[in-house]
Amino acid sequence: MKLLRRRRSLTCQRAVELATNYLDGALTAPERRAFEDHLKDCPHCAEYLRQIRIAIEATGHVDSDEFPAATRDTLITLYRNTVCEPKTDDPS
Amino acid sequence: MDQLRAGDEQAFTEIVDRYHRQLIRLAIAFVSTPEAAEDAAQETWIALINGIERFEGRSSLRSWLFQVCANRARTIGTREHRTVPVEQIGPAVDAASFTTSGAWTSPPVPWPETAAELLRDSAAVERIRDSIDRLPRMQRTVVTMRDVDGLSADEICRILSITPSNQRVLLHRGREQVRRELSKVVT
Repeated sequence: MKLLRRRRSLTCQRAVELATNYLDGALTAPERRAFEDHLKDCPHCAEYLRQIRIAIEATGHVDSDEFPAATRDTLITLYRNTVCEPKTDDPS
Repeated sequence: MDQLRAGDEQAFTEIVDRYHRQLIRLAIAFVSTPEAAEDAAQETWIALINGIERFEGRSSLRSWLFQVCANRARTIGTREHRTVPVEQIGPAVDAASFTTSGAWTSPPVPWPETAAELLRDSAAVERIRDSIDRLPRMQRTVVTMRDVDGLSADEICRILSITPSNQRVLLHRGREQVRRELSKVVT
């Protein structure tokens, strides 16, 4: 009974703070059980975790900005001159 | 790596295209201007080009690039006398969303969408970008490295010199901000 009460004592406010720790497998076994038990009984926190998962997945598909072609060309020229050219003993 | 050592320009172009923006975004965590971040990223490529013969492949190429870039950016940041401010660490979800006993007062409004559906909505995509851009620097860096670039928690801790628990706190605060902003367009 004591253990059951302690598990139930995980509040919604505390549970949502544990979401990333839960997803990262960073909770101790009792913490993870308490978290999962809380979510079974709490549709709001279950929805919160679902939204965090969706946000993570969606974030992974957001493209980032392009970078200037000039930079790219400069680096490729440098690579060509340094690595592709026959090496000499002179490191300059 | 063998292709890079052999002077395969196509292989080099591909890794520059894949990682250059990621390196700039990482560097901006340590320096004060986009130009300085660009410098750190370029110095990283120069270090790779010059060290290509000696690269032993003990770490992945990406991990190596990120580590070198973070070190260069730190050096530039120090030269700029810039210290990375310690960000305030409090609860991720606004305390006003809960009663004093910790129960929801304004629970999350259910989202009808899956992530795939969400991504078809250009307003939602724009909202994700904006919310990441407006995050405090370290949260933005951790969310970007983890959820956009796909680095592991261990790699991030090593590259940024932060503890695993700090990494998770920053990540969760950042993710919560993205979730909250998405809620405004989804529901």
